[in-house]
Amino acid sequence: MEGNTRIYLCGGCDIGRCVDMEGLAAGLKKEFKPAECLVHPCLCGEEMVARIRSDAAAAPAGNIVIGACSGRLNTDVFAFDSGAIVERANLRELVAWRRGADEDAEDTQALALDVMRMAVVKARKSAIPEPFVLPEAEDAILVVGGGEAGLQAALHCARLGHAVLLVEQDGELGGWMARQHRDTPRRPPYEKNQPTTVRSLVDEVRSNSAIRVLTSARIEKIAGQPTQFQATIAQNGSAIEARVGAIILATGARPYDASRLAHLGYGLSPDVVTHEDLERMAREGLIVRPSDGQPVRSVAFIQCAGSRDSAHLQYCSATCCLTTLKQALYVREANPDAQVYILMKDMRTPGQSETFLRNVQDEVTLLRYRTEDPPAVEAAVASGADDYPLCVRVRDWLTWGEEVRVPADLVVLATGMVPTTLDAKILGLDYRQGPDLPTNQYGFPNSNFICFPYETRRTGIYAAGCVRQPMDSAAVASDAAGAALKAIQSIGMLSRGAAVHPRAGDLSFPDFKLQRCTQCKRCTEECPFGALDEDVKGTPKPNPNRCRRCGICMGACPERIVGFANYSVDIIGSMIKAVEIPDEDEEKPRVLVLVCENDAYPAFDLAGAHRLGYSPHVRIIPVRCLGSINVVWIKDALSRGFDGILMIGCKYGDDYQCHFIKGSELMNTRSANIQEALNSMALESERVRLEQLALTEYDRLPGLIAEFMETIESVGPNPFKGM
Amino acid sequence: MNQVNGQSHSDAILVLGGGISGITAAVEAAEMGCTVYVVERTASLGGRVAQMHQYFPKLCPPACGLEINYQRIRKNHDRIKILTLAEVASVSGEAGAFEVTLNLQPRFVNERCTACGLCEPACPVRRPRQFDYGLGEAPAIHAPHEMALPSWYVVERSLCPPGCAKCAEACPYGAVDLTMTAKTMKLSVGSIILATGWTPYDASLIANLGFGASRNIITNVMMERLAAPGGPTHGRILRPSDGKPVRTAAFVQCAGSRDMNHLPYCSGVCCMASLKQATYLRKQNPDAQVYIFYIDLRTPGFFEDFLLQVERDDKVVLKKGKVARVEEDPATGNLQLEVEDIMGGGKLQLQTDLVVLATGMVPNARGAVPLDLQYDEYGFCTRDAQPRGVVPAGLSKGPVDVASAIQDATGAVLEAIGSMRR
Repeated sequence: MEGNTRIYLCGGCDIGRCVDMEGLAAGLKKEFKPAECLVHPCLCGEEMVARIRSDAAAAPAGNIVIGACSGRLNTDVFAFDSGAIVERANLRELVAWRRGADEDAEDTQALALDVMRMAVVKARKSAIPEPFVLPEAEDAILVVGGGEAGLQAALHCARLGHAVLLVEQDGELGGWMARQHRDTPRRPPYEKNQPTTVRSLVDEVRSNSAIRVLTSARIEKIAGQPTQFQATIAQNGSAIEARVGAIILATGARPYDASRLAHLGYGLSPDVVTHEDLERMAREGLIVRPSDGQPVRSVAFIQCAGSRDSAHLQYCSATCCLTTLKQALYVREANPDAQVYILMKDMRTPGQSETFLRNVQDEVTLLRYRTEDPPAVEAAVASGADDYPLCVRVRDWLTWGEEVRVPADLVVLATGMVPTTLDAKILGLDYRQGPDLPTNQYGFPNSNFICFPYETRRTGIYAAGCVRQPMDSAAVASDAAGAALKAIQSIGMLSRGAAVHPRAGDLSFPDFKLQRCTQCKRCTEECPFGALDEDVKGTPKPNPNRCRRCGICMGACPERIVGFANYSVDIIGSMIKAVEIPDEDEEKPRVLVLVCENDAYPAFDLAGAHRLGYSPHVRIIPVRCLGSINVVWIKDALSRGFDGILMIGCKYGDDYQCHFIKGSELMNTRSANIQEALNSMALESERVRLEQLALTEYDRLPGLIAEFMETIESVGPNPFKGM
Repeated sequence: MNQVNGQSHSDAILVLGGGISGITAAVEAAEMGCTVYVVERTASLGGRVAQMHQYFPKLCPPACGLEINYQRIRKNHDRIKILTLAEVASVSGEAGAFEVTLNLQPRFVNERCTACGLCEPACPVRRPRQFDYGLGEAPAIHAPHEMALPSWYVVERSLCPPGCAKCAEACPYGAVDLTMTAKTMKLSVGSIILATGWTPYDASLIANLGFGASRNIITNVMMERLAAPGGPTHGRILRPSDGKPVRTAAFVQCAGSRDMNHLPYCSGVCCMASLKQATYLRKQNPDAQVYIFYIDLRTPGFFEDFLLQVERDDKVVLKKGKVARVEEDPATGNLQLEVEDIMGGGKLQLQTDLVVLATGMVPNARGAVPLDLQYDEYGFCTRDAQPRGVVPAGLSKGPVDVASAIQDATGAVLEAIGSMRR
């Protein structure tokens, strides 16, 4: 910001041994005329922290620039609750520890001075973000789906004081679980089926005054943004309007379509049924042959029916083994003499449910088939009263591939789960990027992040239960609680203008100078979170509460009209321009390294902590996301005389690690624009490179940089130097 | 703390355990506006995941998620108080008004520590590094780990030679204080989240699999340290006995799991862990041959894709078989395995450079708080029937993978907040 700049330089942790601190201070004083520039052997000591705190609080507010350790560390120590801009310059990990005291002192000094220059310029150009607070935040929560997940989520939200609107497409609440005769064991000793609890959940929801239930209802449309979504719900031919703050998607899954399983005998006889059918038979208390009502003496369950099968569902639905064990007990309860055969590939009963398997195992016969050699279900030729109508031929690999003929009154296909999101439009989001949550390859709106399982690509909308991924009933209950927490939390944070994950709490937001917009639509297309809508002409309509503050819109904009108070094209551009470019005859190249602040930047810190050295000629600038890099920075850097530009971001592709979904990938697709820029300047394409790096791959950094420096050396100095 | 109807009432949450479940619970609670105390037994947050090289199935480093979570902790530094080397001594009161006494062990390093590392070379002690499951060495004064928060060093005082204060002399910041003593501390909290995590099953109890008899028989958690860049071999998977590269390795699944003599339950993650570790070996050595002997391959949900991916590698042999015995050839350090071939019949004999025992997870919940909690026969907390205000999360409830633990810890925060409202 405008106003005084105070610079504090730390000589501790070897910085003072590697850098001429007084020389550095003198250079900064001369260049920036700060109100103060002070060198101290240990800035993080109590005395200096108190001193800086009081300086930061002094009026008028100005800029505090601390040249010490990485800004990722000592954040609580250097957190001053004042109106001042506090900028940290990394003299320890990125200068002293990278260089050591024995390297060329002139190069180290030039590096330290550039690191400080960039920080001072950044502080001076930045402003303290003022949160953008939308009026009249709504704290009601819309829960879509009235099965176990939706019921639990609704109750959790109501318990924490939120009004809930629960929308269910069926006439009744309860969903899939209400159609189950029994539940698999959820509590010790995990040996027996247990009653389902969904009825009592339905009663609890029905009697809770904070929960409004709409059955036989569907979402027509949801417009707006978190804290002020406007939902239109169709019920009995009429439209109901509701304003909600956040949304929980809990529409569950349906069984895979068994009519596609003719190869496993479905359709051959009414006695070939599915899990769903057997559940109904058990509920009705009548486990008999559907064909003729005769008792069931032998049942063959075929596991992975249409699952773990590239022609059907490639994934495993995670619950079918448990369901079969549960149903085996139904059969045995109905007829204690009945034979139960379970034909499986692998028995999957993780955790304590192994106890259930152990308990049921004695009552059943397990046979193991191989994927390439599935069981064959045949109608047996009837020749006598004792004959079974069906026969399953299977090569059993628990008995070394012996062919076994299983006589059966009933064949039960263990079909997997298909997410309801695959079938139809559910949320009807009035978003430029489509009406529903983006999904994985199988149609589940599942988070790609192991560490952040609730992250969807639509802010304020969280998926819970089997629509998110296949899970058993115990997992559904806790999943609903988590989604409810995230929904409530998002309303709390967004209603005070703070971002949610991953930049949780960030008060900055992108400001669009729309009068300069050329309606190119790049920002509205590239926003990973669907935050931007468009008017008819194609002008972006920002929805600040959908935004995650990654800056990808800023990187996308060719007109440079997007920026944040503390992160803008001008701020980073000015930092780039602050770096001193030596003349060509000095033979000291300069390489700009733009790095993702979440992964690559910490990797540089770790490289420093391990005292891994690399070229002193690179200048590192962290960015919110590689996707926020505006090509103009690259052009500016090249026209200033930087010899090369390296961008280091997160892994992209199917297993992307980018926390903004596709930032690094977008940067890769923008490389065409970069090539265009290079061509227009008659520069070699090798001068700009994109690398993917994980945080712990810090050991790769020295080699990666050395290799790039060699490339740059072979290409030769940038001819724009000194122009 | 404030007064409600004349009674003391606290909205603060105590999170017991600073692993990924506890970190998640703390961050999610703080972003709900709650005050949180994270009580961690060791010197730093991070827990078991900090010891992992990569997560399955994405093969991404746990440090990445820790970094994001640490940033969120830093932004909430006024709400999240981290107490390390701390254990709960007593709890009284009830939901909304628990009084908790903590025992805090001395760190012997204060907050002046800058993690500069000058003390380390001064320390005369070298001892097996627990963080590396004994595979590497560290001085008595050391950083807890690369992704430690707080990053302050810690002294394992019991190892210090009498009268030695070389680390204190080497520290320019006065951060080493060898006179620190244990302390107690009292907290008022409204609810308690148990995120106490797990301990690997003690492989030495599985007599036939030879752990302890050969250094080349390791466990799956040790394999993570061998593969990690910050580990004892800087990420190169080398045989512990002689430091040679690994050309052949065998993974023994259900080592002490699904076994009434050991852990009767399935830990649910070991199949994926071994498949993942097979990729570590294969990435480092294109000629490496890997065998995985299993009872059932358990790769539920979308993990199936990862199984398919590994199956495509013909240098990874997945075999349904029970490993009956592992013995070391003393001359070569190689390992001789006898395997009962379930699908083919008969017994297989093979020799490998390394054997990895896929051991399961043992819950730490029992005894972590002096409260009358309900456990199943394996020591996991039951899902319900706990005292009001006490909410188990993640691995304290059952053996699950990281994503499930995080999902569960998120839900636990809501239950904790709900439990202290009257």
